[in-house]
Amino acid sequence: MTRFTLNGKPVETALPDDTPLLWVLRDGLDQTGTKFGCGMGLCGACTVHLDGQPIRSCSTPLSAAAGKKITTIEGVGKARVGAAVQKAWQKLDVVQCGYCQSGQIMSATALLTANPKPTDADIDAAMGGNICRCATYVRIRAAIHEAAKSLA
Amino acid sequence: MKMQITNVSRRDFLKAGAGLTLSVSLPGAVLAAAGGPGIAGSATAAGDFTPNAFVRIGADSTVTVLSKHLEMGQGVYTGLTTLVAEELDADWAQVVVEGAPAEAKRYNNLFWGPVQGTGGSTAIGNSFEQLRQAGAAARAMLVQAAAERWKVPAAEISVKNGVVSHAKSGRKARFGELAEAAAALPVPQQVTLKDPKNFSLIGRHVPRKDSVAKTTGTAQFTQDVKLPGMLVAVVAHPPRFGGKVRSVDDKAARAVPGVADVVTIPNGVAVLAGDYWTAKKGRDALQVVWDESAAYHGSSDAILADYRKLAGTPGLVARKDGDGDGAAALAKATKVIEAEYAFPFLAHAAMEPINCVMRLGPDSCEVWNGEQFQTVDQANLAAFFGLKPEQVTLHMLYAGGSFGRRANPMSDYLLETAQIVKAIGGRAPVKLVWSREDDMRAGYYRPAFLHRLRATLGADGTPQAWEQRIVGQSIIKGSPFEGVMIKDGIDATSVEGAANLPYAIPNLQIELHTTNDAVKVPVQWWRSVGSTHTGHATEVFLDELATAAGADPVAYRMALLGSHPRHAGVLKLAADKAGWGKPLAAARDKGARRGRGVAVHESFHSYVAQVVEVTVAADGGFKVDRVVCAVDCGVAVNPDVIRAQMEGGIGFALAAALTGVVTLKDGVVEQSNFHDYPVLRIGEMPKVEVHIVPSAEKPTGVGEPGVPPLAPALANALHAATGKRIRSLPIAEQLKA
Repeated sequence: MTRFTLNGKPVETALPDDTPLLWVLRDGLDQTGTKFGCGMGLCGACTVHLDGQPIRSCSTPLSAAAGKKITTIEGVGKARVGAAVQKAWQKLDVVQCGYCQSGQIMSATALLTANPKPTDADIDAAMGGNICRCATYVRIRAAIHEAAKSLA
Repeated sequence: MKMQITNVSRRDFLKAGAGLTLSVSLPGAVLAAAGGPGIAGSATAAGDFTPNAFVRIGADSTVTVLSKHLEMGQGVYTGLTTLVAEELDADWAQVVVEGAPAEAKRYNNLFWGPVQGTGGSTAIGNSFEQLRQAGAAARAMLVQAAAERWKVPAAEISVKNGVVSHAKSGRKARFGELAEAAAALPVPQQVTLKDPKNFSLIGRHVPRKDSVAKTTGTAQFTQDVKLPGMLVAVVAHPPRFGGKVRSVDDKAARAVPGVADVVTIPNGVAVLAGDYWTAKKGRDALQVVWDESAAYHGSSDAILADYRKLAGTPGLVARKDGDGDGAAALAKATKVIEAEYAFPFLAHAAMEPINCVMRLGPDSCEVWNGEQFQTVDQANLAAFFGLKPEQVTLHMLYAGGSFGRRANPMSDYLLETAQIVKAIGGRAPVKLVWSREDDMRAGYYRPAFLHRLRATLGADGTPQAWEQRIVGQSIIKGSPFEGVMIKDGIDATSVEGAANLPYAIPNLQIELHTTNDAVKVPVQWWRSVGSTHTGHATEVFLDELATAAGADPVAYRMALLGSHPRHAGVLKLAADKAGWGKPLAAARDKGARRGRGVAVHESFHSYVAQVVEVTVAADGGFKVDRVVCAVDCGVAVNPDVIRAQMEGGIGFALAAALTGVVTLKDGVVEQSNFHDYPVLRIGEMPKVEVHIVPSAEKPTGVGEPGVPPLAPALANALHAATGKRIRSLPIAEQLKA
């Protein structure tokens, strides 16, 4: 049995230790906001926070989450930065198909938590691991600036 | 994709399309009965007002719009809702949207005849009057109900922001208070639509209907569906197209704890488990011997070489203008400009890998899917299971992108799911999940194409003859649409964008070689279909002619667009906004060069011009700095969605232009995931400016038309910067060579 904290609540799972955290969340705990895109840490659709740091849950084994705090898209809005990011995303209508956006929002929230006033270059560096096939990048960039402004 | 275009008269559309009847069965109710997840999952309640197949108004005043089209990112849930809410005079906040069930009679695409489906950038165009009528009919009935209740003339009643009111008496009611009474009234057979000058939602900014769900993780995609007792299936496909299973050793797979079953299906071996990871572990443990007696062993290089040979011979004529002297003119001319353009296979690579959920009952099949081709999939599944089409229920969920992939004429992945469900005797619902690698390698690509163009110029520099030979696989040949969409051997989707070349050229001939007999790669429409390659070949070649004539690329095009004002309109707008003709700011880095290029293209009856600005570094690396885009899509229903689709189309096209290529070697697809099929990342996204031409023309689509002009405008910009012509895609390292 592996125990960790998910969005502020203790959870436990009997899934094998080598199961990627992504599938623990999705199939084991029915938290489907975190998405499967590539399975190799290449696209960022599965991004969650482990003790506040953005990680690719598709290539992080369950064992790495044991005893840690995991935050997903279902919980990120409880904190001030996550809520501001979601609000900026909604204000600018960033989403198109939406499948990558949970991961985008998790990466953007981690960026703004560490760097409250990112430049375009900071954004490109922090968000470079998150693919959007609809190419909503113009608005992702604008929404991160918008969220930064609202948090200032 | 384009299909049969049917002219539907207003009368027919009231009769068949809008289906103004009270007897509608609603997906919410179906879902609730089945215990499965839906999009909104709301059921019809007593007292609901359902004036037609598209609108339901509850006692709580919630207006539910039933979308017959798939939301795959293109904004259609917002667009269709805008049309209904406009004529209903609803408050935007009180309107929600749900995916409609599959039913050709009520939910067909009016441009496609009796087919329900989403594609060809047709959603807004075919729905524009239909959904406004649906909203207007509901409004008229609410007004009538109020008039009867308040005993005042209906003409004195007004509706605004979801409130019905009578000014003289000061009476007011929300929709919900009138719903039950309205439901008892006859449906009006004729309704008057608003004068466009009175639009309050159409043409203005409204927030997207899917933004909240998609930013909070609650939006339901196929990948998120979980039914009681459901098994997840992961399939081992043959390494080459046309391969079959010869034998399977599944001992190790079955030994993986949690694997529930292993079944052989026509196109592979499926491993089933309660969850994806277990099923995938089982699949990885399979030992399959493939029968490759009928497998395709082609390679991309050899395919291209064969296409090049074919381009040297005449093909079937798709268009011929002039007196036939074009060939003679080309033969006699002292100077013939000639160029060849090559385009690779491309994967759709939507963010949500292919998947599908299916449950079989004694006389039913139920599907949860990012469902793009409803009645085609319904018919194919019905035939497979021996059911009637109406016994196949399709729940349309959000699709995590598609770019055409989820509208497969052969229903490929739905039938794969059906084969697995059948193989396990229907004992459990099945969710098919393809990995990214499966998605990349199991087929259906934008076909590879080669174009050979030749032209002569007159003394004034204008083109006198233009011959274009197009070589590639037909998407339609062998599909159920062959009869409708292939005429005289010409698949319209292979030549669209070239066969309707707008430029005034006295001798013009477009020819086609269709290669399906030799090349056995599964191919399918990919965002903007034929225009993905015809747009590039024609707009780069035209630039080459302008260069040969010593003319400015914009002025040269404008002079040839005399009878095509909408092409000319977007071209002029984009050029003006980009500051065409004024010098670009110099590059900052030493040895770097800047350039600007233009392209204009019509696809799906929308017109788009783009001006691309690039900076090329001394080593040949380059960055797209800015794209200025002008679009004419008729009435702009949702200007912000139009802007978003242009931005996204530009990014999608740029990915293909920079690095997009799927290659085959001895029949095996060499790419597998985003490391070897790179797509655009945020650092590569240029600044984008979108300008919309004000128009009163009928609205046309925007999902695809933003794509075609980008790559040629970029190639033309790179030529302006470096003098090098980019004639094959992707550009990759060509400037570094």
